[in-house]
Amino acid sequence: MSLLITGARLADGTVTDLYLNDGVLADPASAPVGVERFDADGLLAIPGLVDLHTHLRQPGREDAETVDSGTDAAARGGFTCVHAMANTSPVTDTAEAAEYVHALGEREGHCQVQVVGAVTKGLAGEELAELGMMADSKAKVRVFSDDGKCVSDSLLMRRALTYVKAFDGMVAQHSQDPRLAGPTACCHESEWSGRLGLPGWPSQAESVIVARDVELAALTDSRVHVCHVSTAESVEIIRWAKKRGVKVTAEATPHHLLLDTPLVASYDTTFKVNPPLRTSEHLEAVREALADGTIDIVGTDHAPHARQDKDHPFDIALPGMLGLEQALAVVIEVMINTGRMDWPTLVQRMSSTPARLGQVPGQGRPLAIGEPANLVLVDPTARASVDAAASKSRSRNNPYHGRDLPDPVVATYWRGRLTYSR
Amino acid sequence: MRHLLGCADLSATDAIAILDLAEEMQQVQSRPVKKLPALRGRTIVNIFFEDSTRTRTSFEIAGKWLSADTINVSAKGSSVSKGESLRDTMLTLDAMGVDCFVIRHPSSGAAAQVASWVRAQVVNAGDGQHEHPTQALLDAYTMRKHFRSLGNDGFAGKKIAIVGDLLHSRVVRSNVLLQNLLGGEVVLVAPPTLLPTGVENWGCQVTSDFDSVLPEADIVMMLRVQRERMAGGYFPTEREYTAGYGLTEERLRALKPGAGICHPGPMNRGVEISSAAADAANSLVLEQVASGVAIRMSVLYHLLGSDEGAMR
Repeated sequence: MSLLITGARLADGTVTDLYLNDGVLADPASAPVGVERFDADGLLAIPGLVDLHTHLRQPGREDAETVDSGTDAAARGGFTCVHAMANTSPVTDTAEAAEYVHALGEREGHCQVQVVGAVTKGLAGEELAELGMMADSKAKVRVFSDDGKCVSDSLLMRRALTYVKAFDGMVAQHSQDPRLAGPTACCHESEWSGRLGLPGWPSQAESVIVARDVELAALTDSRVHVCHVSTAESVEIIRWAKKRGVKVTAEATPHHLLLDTPLVASYDTTFKVNPPLRTSEHLEAVREALADGTIDIVGTDHAPHARQDKDHPFDIALPGMLGLEQALAVVIEVMINTGRMDWPTLVQRMSSTPARLGQVPGQGRPLAIGEPANLVLVDPTARASVDAAASKSRSRNNPYHGRDLPDPVVATYWRGRLTYSR
Repeated sequence: MRHLLGCADLSATDAIAILDLAEEMQQVQSRPVKKLPALRGRTIVNIFFEDSTRTRTSFEIAGKWLSADTINVSAKGSSVSKGESLRDTMLTLDAMGVDCFVIRHPSSGAAAQVASWVRAQVVNAGDGQHEHPTQALLDAYTMRKHFRSLGNDGFAGKKIAIVGDLLHSRVVRSNVLLQNLLGGEVVLVAPPTLLPTGVENWGCQVTSDFDSVLPEADIVMMLRVQRERMAGGYFPTEREYTAGYGLTEERLRALKPGAGICHPGPMNRGVEISSAAADAANSLVLEQVASGVAIRMSVLYHLLGSDEGAMR
């Protein structure tokens, strides 16, 4: 497919034509007369977004999401690459399981699917999974995570961090002390949890693990990535560790940037997520950290759930919310429209840095001649009311339903192919 | 008001109206024939996802004395284990034409969720650690009667000490909200490990020194402390808990004359309350139970009895 996009503005403000030819960006001057054209006047062209934290639910819960539907939602959100978390059924804890998901992605994906491998067998937190074999497999796994569960055993975490150095892997931690925030913990511990009678999830249940992990990263001189940072305390610890030169990176989810604890007062389980929605002072700290780079990336933690897993009492319903389709909208609303962040920084946080952390060649690249044609056309001023029913995801647990938000994605191109168009 | 989900939804006017009507209802209790025709033809389903002899029986009697058809459904064991969601369970019963659900559930917020799903009206008979509004109403009713028997009217200036596992108690949340409407001064007494987060902003006094409260309390309400809290590390031993927070014989003697003793039950005699206190002349424990039926009759009548089928 060949396409000449004319008059697009890049993140740095320059206006240019982009010629998509055979999956790469070619010199616009070489475009033949009569080539298909797209007038991008007034639109922004940015590199395709990369998500380091996606739950695609396949294999195991194809009623909630599949690689097909999840990557379709990703394309709708402007993503050209997602990282499929390991907590499927069966768990992605072997080379075979990793290759299965990788092959599904190659066959059915509407974007690139990178596989995240489990740190421990069955996510049980007891023995290391076959990390090296997953790394050496066709899936070329580089990111390992027990996400959904915390690698809480300090010694096992140390071993994992040390072991992955052999293949330059990275451990992405779900930071939750399982004793301070047990399986029933579901509401940010605060006046809200007290009033609502919901088991509290104190912010320190996150930050004590973050503090331990940055120390272990220092001890092992290895790379640790903190998933879904939700608290001001974690932000401070990461800031301090980075200053010391510890190899720590961190991500923030769209929902922890926008949605706060009072939303759970209705006991609407759409707003049940782990870690829980925090209060405004934590949101503010996370926003500030994403702006100044203490938090390196946005990761969606897109977590589709079937209706029957949400139609339970609040403490029993499964935690998690959709994120892929509205991630860019939320970041524009919270970070760009408030002047906290500029577009080049957004591109770093949502494309180039996650691609670098995930070690994904061909993603997060600048829109320059010779680079892969992975890009999004963005209308930064368009707005719409979010409709959960219109989602490309198989699930409807969209926490932004009914909210007026930016509706930025006009078209997404992956490997030069149109994967979403408004 | 279409539902009674918690004291948080009540106004002072609502609360006093419920208490006043309960007085009339209580007169029915002393008649040889206890039936009123008020709710004839209405169907009330008491659905209890958690065991409760007294609350369920109390609601059942209240419904029957108002001539409603009351049906008890024991749904213990989470619907999850049956493979059915709470929503499906409730929609199924709702489709049978039920007028009112009286629901008890071990999860906070369950009554509010159900109210958002079903067509029927909903009374919260206790949801997890959140609210138990009819308990607070019957407590207030009992206290008001007690104060009146001592020649006082109303709650103004009255000190109500609530002692025990406040963290896990729905009774305390409802009582604090209700007393904030009625004007009673609540003093919360518990070891710091059993205080809810943010309790300092509930508009009541909080202390871990039970003894300092005894001489000034007009009501001492003892809450059940569950043995599993010990395993959770909330306090070291039963003995130590009783020593610090039990209404022992010694503490009974330190109460001011006429102070009423309440307990929502079931009591752990010898743990949070001594037998001497439970059976004392100023114990209101059985009075609370008797008031329970009257309050529930009043609540059901308010919700279901008027032409609009609503309180306002």
